Parts: sequence; C-alpha cells; structure tokens
Amino acid sequence: MCGIVGLFLKDKSLEPQLGSMLTDMLVTMSDRGPDSAGIAVYRGADDGQVKITVQSPNPDEDFKTLGKDLGVDVTRIDTHAIIACSEKDAPVIREKIKANPNLRVMSAGDAIEIYKEIGLPNSVAERFDIPKLQGTHGIGHTRMATESAVTTLGAHPFSTGPDQCLVHNGSLSNHNSLRRQLAHEGVTVETENDTEVAAAYLTWKMQEGANLGEALEAGIQDLDGFYTFVVGTKNGFGVLRDPIACKPAVLAETDQYVAFGSEYRALVNLPDIEQARVWEPEPATVYFWEQ
Amino acid sequence: MDETPRTHPVQPWTFDEYTNSYIRRAAATGIYDIRGGGAKRRVPHFDDLLFLGASMSRYPLEGYREKCETSVKLGTRFAKNPIELDIPITIAGMSFGALSGQAKEALGRGANAAGTSTTTGDGGMTPEERGHSDKLVYQYLPSRYGMNPDDLRKADAIEIVVGQGAKPGGGGMLLGQKISDRVAEMRTLPKGIDQRSACRHPDWTGPDDLEIKILELREITGWKVPIYIKVGGARPYFDTTLAVKAGADVVVLDGMQGGTAATQDVFIEHVGQPTLACIRPAVQALQDLNMHRKVQLVLSGGIRTGADVAKALALGADAVSIGTAALIALGDNDPALEAEYQKLGTTAGAYDDWHEGKDPAGITTQDPELAARLDPVAAGRRLANYLKVMTLEAQTIARACGKNHVLNLEPEDLCALTVEASAMTGVPLSGTNWVPGQGNGY
Amino acid sequence: MEALDLTELELRSVNETLQAEGNGSNKAFEITNPRGSHAIAVGIDAPITVTVKGSTGYYCAGMNKQATVNVTGSVGPGVAENMMSGKVVIEGDASQYAGATAHGGLLVIKGNASSRCGISMKGIDIVVHGNIGHMSAFMAQAGTLVVLGDAGDALGDSLYEAQIFVRGDVKSLGADCVEKEMRPEHVEKLSKLLNEAEADAKPEEFRRYGSARQLYNFDIDNAGAY
Repeated sequence: MCGIVGLFLKDKSLEPQLGSMLTDMLVTMSDRGPDSAGIAVYRGADDGQVKITVQSPNPDEDFKTLGKDLGVDVTRIDTHAIIACSEKDAPVIREKIKANPNLRVMSAGDAIEIYKEIGLPNSVAERFDIPKLQGTHGIGHTRMATESAVTTLGAHPFSTGPDQCLVHNGSLSNHNSLRRQLAHEGVTVETENDTEVAAAYLTWKMQEGANLGEALEAGIQDLDGFYTFVVGTKNGFGVLRDPIACKPAVLAETDQYVAFGSEYRALVNLPDIEQARVWEPEPATVYFWEQ
Repeated sequence: MDETPRTHPVQPWTFDEYTNSYIRRAAATGIYDIRGGGAKRRVPHFDDLLFLGASMSRYPLEGYREKCETSVKLGTRFAKNPIELDIPITIAGMSFGALSGQAKEALGRGANAAGTSTTTGDGGMTPEERGHSDKLVYQYLPSRYGMNPDDLRKADAIEIVVGQGAKPGGGGMLLGQKISDRVAEMRTLPKGIDQRSACRHPDWTGPDDLEIKILELREITGWKVPIYIKVGGARPYFDTTLAVKAGADVVVLDGMQGGTAATQDVFIEHVGQPTLACIRPAVQALQDLNMHRKVQLVLSGGIRTGADVAKALALGADAVSIGTAALIALGDNDPALEAEYQKLGTTAGAYDDWHEGKDPAGITTQDPELAARLDPVAAGRRLANYLKVMTLEAQTIARACGKNHVLNLEPEDLCALTVEASAMTGVPLSGTNWVPGQGNGY
Repeated sequence: MEALDLTELELRSVNETLQAEGNGSNKAFEITNPRGSHAIAVGIDAPITVTVKGSTGYYCAGMNKQATVNVTGSVGPGVAENMMSGKVVIEGDASQYAGATAHGGLLVIKGNASSRCGISMKGIDIVVHGNIGHMSAFMAQAGTLVVLGDAGDALGDSLYEAQIFVRGDVKSLGADCVEKEMRPEHVEKLSKLLNEAEADAKPEEFRRYGSARQLYNFDIDNAGAY
C-alpha cells in the first residue's frame, strides 16, 4: 500500500534536475505511505564503472575505512555508500562486502543507485541529498507497510538483479508459494516483503532469457493479487497493472519525459504538464520505454 | 435366527449424520447452504479465561458504595464530537431489511435506556431507527444502499465496513424473500431478487486510498463525528495497524462468532479467526503504534455475558458490541415458540434461516404479520435489562479486581484454563507462569 | 463570482464556504489551483455554481446535491461519487469510479473515463463524450450511462436495472449484460441526455445494453457466472 512516482527523461537538458523533480513528486505522495521511502536513480551508465550501493546500520564504523579496505572509491551518503569499481574487480569487491554482515547491498549495476530508509519522503530525500542528484531516469516510493516489517530492507525500491529495480502499490496473494518456488530455482529473497518476491521473479525470468517486457507478461500469469508495478532497468522504464487494476496509476508523456504517479497530484509541477498526454495504464498491459 | 455375535454398527466420525445430510441437501437442491448467525462450531472463547480477583496483594472495592465507572468515549482521535457512552457495550450493525422495523425500534429503545449506541446496516438509515436511537452509528458499506449526505450528517458516527467476522472477504447477501417493497425502494433494487452486495468498496481499494475516502467523509461531515473502521477477524495485527494508518478514530474488530443476516455456511464456519484469538494481536498493534486507548478498539463476535465484557476489556478492548445476543434478548429463538420452530424443520436455539424471513419471533423478517408479533416497547425493555445486567456483572468483576473503572482491568488480572486460550491471549495458563507460543509472529 | 484559491485557503475552509450556502442561493464560486487535491467541493447542498480551474484528485464533487460543478481540467477517482442531484461537468478526463453509487443528477465527462465508470450507480445519468474503461456499470442498479466512444471489457457486469447506451465498440459484455432493442422511449431519453450534455451525436447511432435478469435469483446452472 503505497505511493509511487517515476520519471524517465527523453530530453537530456532535464537530467540535472532529475533528483529535484523526483523528490518533489515523491513528497506529494507522503500521505500514501508514512512508513519508509526510497528512490532509485540511474546515472553514469557509460562511465565504465560498476556501482554497488550498500547500507549500514552503523555507517560511522562500517564506512570509515571501507574505501581503504576495498581499495576502491567509496562515497558515503548518510547510511549509504556508493562503491565504484571496474567491472573486472566487481566480483571480488562483492565477496569482500559479503564478509561484513552489517553491509547490506541495496543495488548493483552500471547506472543504478538506491537510497531508502524508514521515514517520510522529505526526511529521506534530505538525508541523501536526493534533489541534487542528476540522472537519466528514476523511481520513488513511499510505503504504507501491509504485512511485512517496517525496516530499511523492507522499503522499496527492491533490486534483485544488476541495474534492475521494482516498486509496488498493492498486495500480492501468492507471494509465499512463489518465494518457495524461487528458492528451488536458486533465487534468494531476503525479506518477507511481497514486492521483493515480484522483483526476484522478474530477475529470474530475465536470467532465463526473457527481456523485461516478456518477464512482465509472464508475471500477469504467475503473480496473483493486486499490483501496480513500476520497474527500472539500465536504460528502460516499465509499468504494469494487474488485470483487476484498482490500485491507482497515472502516466504522462511529453517530448521531454514520461512520468508516473499514483495520483495526478504527483505530476502537477512537471514542465508543460498541461500539454502532456495524461492517461491511466490499462489492466494487464505492459508499458515500456527504452533509451 | 442367527445367533452369531456381531459388532455394533459404527457411524463414521468423518461422515456423521450432519455431514451426510449436508451432502444430500446439496445434491438435491444445487444451492449452497445459506444461513444467518455466526460460527456454531466450538472454538476457544472467553469461557477459557478466569479472573484472579483481589485478596492479599490487591484490595477489592466495596460493592454499590465504592464507584466503579463504566462510561467510555469513542472517537477521541480526530472527531470534534466523540461518542460518549454510559456502558462499554454497543449494539452492532444490523440492517432494516435483515430485521423488521419493530426489531430496529426495540434495539433503539433498549440502547437508549442503557445509554449506548445502535448501528445501521446494509440498506441505509430509516427515520424510525434515527428517531428511536439517541446515538446512531451509520454504516458505510460496499453496496452503499440508501447512502446519502443528509443521513450521513444525521449520524453520530460513521462506521466504514471493510469486513465482518462471519465472512471476512465477503459481501452482503439478502435473499428475495426479504426484498419487500420498502426494502427494495431503500436499496434501489427490483423487488424479490437475490441481492448480492460487492465485497470491495466501489470507489477505493486498500488503506492508502481509504485514507482519502476518510478525508472526503470528514469534509462532508465537517470533521465532527468519529470514523470507525470495522474489520472481520482475519489478520488483526495488520488490519488494525492499517486502519490506524488510514486515519480511523475507532477500530471495530469482529471475530468469527459474529453474526450475519445471511451468507454461505461454508464462509461462516471456515473463514476468519475466533474472537478470542483476534484481540491480542489487535491490542499489540495499537500498543506498537502508541495508539492504545487513543484509537479505541471495539470487539465483537460472541459477547454474551458481563464476564465476556470484562474479559474483553481486560485484554485491551475499549468496548464490546453485541448483535446475536441482543436479538436473543428481544426474543429470538425463544423456546416458547418451539412448536413453530418445529414446523420450520428446526428447533428453538438452532433457528438460523433468517434469510427466509419466516422468523416466528418477528425479528428477522419483513412479513408484516410476523413483524407485528414483536412489541418494540417490551422487547426494548428486555434489551435494556440485559445490557444493564451485563454491565453490573462486569462492574462486579472489576470491583473484585480492585478497579474503579472497568477499563482499568488488565490482562494480568486473568489466567487461562486451556493451553489454547493461553497461547491465543498471552495470558498465563492457570497455576503457572507459562504462556505457550510466545515469540511467534502473526 | 467569489474566488477561492487553494494555495491560500485550506481545503476545509473552501468546502466550509461552499457547504454554508443553502437552498435558494445561486452564487457562483471559482476555485483556483486545485493541483490534484482531493475532496474538493464535496457535500454541497445548494443550487450554486462552482468552477474548478484545473485538475483535481479523488472524490471531486462527492455527494453533490443541487450544485453545478464544472472542472476545466481532469478529475481523479470517484468524481461525483454518490451524487444526489445537480450537474457535474468535466472538460478533461475522469479516472476510475466516476459517478460511483450516485443516486441522481447528471455527470458529463467530455474526455474519457477510465475503469468502473458508473459502478453501482443508483439513478444518476452519466454522459461520457470519449471512451470508458473496463468493468464500467458493474452492478449498476438504476440510471443511464451514455458513451459516445468505446467501452472496455466486461461492460455492465452483474447489471441490475441501469440502462447503457454505447455508440462505439464494446470490447466485451459482463455477466448478465445483453444488447437490447432500442425502442422509441429509449431514443427519446437518449436524445434528451445528449442535448443536456452538449454531445454531438444522434440517438440512432447508439446500441442499448441492459440486464438479461438471469442472475436475479440463484440458479446452480448459472454458477459459471458467479
């Protein structure tokens, strides 16, 4: 149960404002989710570096010598740190991160960075200086927890594969069985959260060779319950609603951007919104944009 | 004659006579069994708890002289005008349609005399029930039958019904026999049809949207009256948490023994949790949010006696609500009508075909002749008596536990008679300090 | 014309102003900067005129009585929900649940309406100039739904006595909803509604849909429809 926003920029000149636009959109959705908030931002896809976002409950201690220990660049932002390394070094770095159980990997990939914490969107945005972030596309989420715990790890977005992330509004009804099925396929789901199961399911489908569109199509068959999903990949942005489609969703598109909001309110400050094509995504229909 | 000794014929436990009659009836009619009331199966209940009472370590209050208050205030969180009740027992939602006009009037009279509230049901508010109830809670249901802003503003509180204990996840049902001219008009339905109400509300789904619906209802009623959210006993910890986050003033929690006017028997007996099992997770949710006693919890589903009331309050409820018990106080299932129950193929106490509208007691009917059998004044008096007896009983127990207000009863004033009740309520098993099953989630 | 600016005034005070008007008032109000906010102009009970300049969130003009409410932009879910009387006109699109459970009055949507338009409607007349989404007129009890464009899946599912007129294509009909004959009284009613809704269409271009009344009383042989 939640509020979702998403922004996919077509016009490069807006990229410096991505963080501030997304923050403004997400703060508007605060009423829909008082428990935790998170944002995924995609940037620097072509810089040849892999980024791993980690979070720690004791950042002062854990991040103090992290750069030195790993031998790579580490940028600390509050409870999160972005570890940048070459693609070649990434597997070794990940092993080293795994060795410290306090470090939780939020995301990894060429472009993705995820910031999420307990609290309202404005406090989370302020902590991580989100308004200053630039990027090509991003997804934000503010959570009203249904059944799983209110924790940092339980906040959205969930990332279960390189450069992938997913946020969700609704409530799945077969996620426990699906989690057990995925476990047999060797896919681990870290939290009790239904959304993470959906994210892991899509990642698994894509590992099996599906593209994001195909993975989402398969989800219509395999995921039971109510959902509006917004997903991000390195260069893409997708939306899917369940066949019943009663959780809200509004899309807006102009020459400059594609924007998603759980409510129209989230979109009112976007440039030229009055001239945008604004519509509600159809049930069980995959919408997907790629750069 | 063959004198060979034979073993006694054995009736299977799995296929007992009731089960076989169920199979034959389904095979013959092709209709699932529909009935009124709540779960009839035996489930752990308040009888499985006992009060400790005061002795050396605690001091009791003197009966009659030393005051033991029973008043409660519901809706103190956001509403300008919370509901103030003399007793912690309210009358649960029951519709005109399911009940006769006379029965609704009797409920109003009884509740007034005892200083408590009544509640409308699926089908809107009748002028009679508004007129006969000093404090009236207006139910806001998925069907929205008879819903209008004038009645909404006449209500003393609004109860958004998300679910009920008899059928969490199910919608209402009122069969053709009871869709009389007046009921049909109130509900904008053709006369005599089987009315099937939706299970989800038509214009919101989920707590994030419910929060906006509550804003609208508050804007229409000027933020004056409390907004209750009623849920069936399904996942009480999460449901209570989300009701609070959506902005409820009061959470009404209805366990599986809570009645309904009509639904499938399979729903009543196989979906939802016993009332006793619902309360601890709900109270825990309120405590975790620091909202216990700030958002009031009203518990219903099988409340029968002052002891039940006291136990529910001790476990953390702010008030209880009665439906089935109130109907019995009016005269439902009275053994004096046994001959007529026999004619309907049932017996006093077991009569539950409320949807057929043939109630000999004139309560669950729209037949004018049957309805005329119930004298609303006398029946109202019976209900008032019963409510007062229950209140006195709860006070007696509270005094014996040394409390000057029934709401000061605590779980620590109780012990459990069975391992099940102990595990469900978190109250130690009698004679021990042991609570089984602690540490597990919901 | 009294101006009410939602950047300066709280929602409560705007609604309080509108709700304070009573029978006989014919005042006009203009609400500016709605910016998608919820519950604007709800619970009015007076023959006033309210113009909302911009787009609104959920439940705009909810439970309206008597008033004429015009929205120059688009509206969120549940516009004119449970309206009793009066007229609500939306220049743009409407989100889901438009006119839900409404008992009376006229709702005109000049753009498209999304899913569940007229769900559980109880007497309202709704005219949509564009298309409507899936599950529209679900369990609709009474009133008229007129659609100049196309209708989505499962139109009129579990329909009671509401009447539906569609000019364009119907993607699929819901359980117990069937096409019915257009009789002169239907043409007359449609023509009146089209006129009131300033809709440029001829009644003859429409098809009428209504309840087959097969689910009114339970029959096990219809179990597949439940």
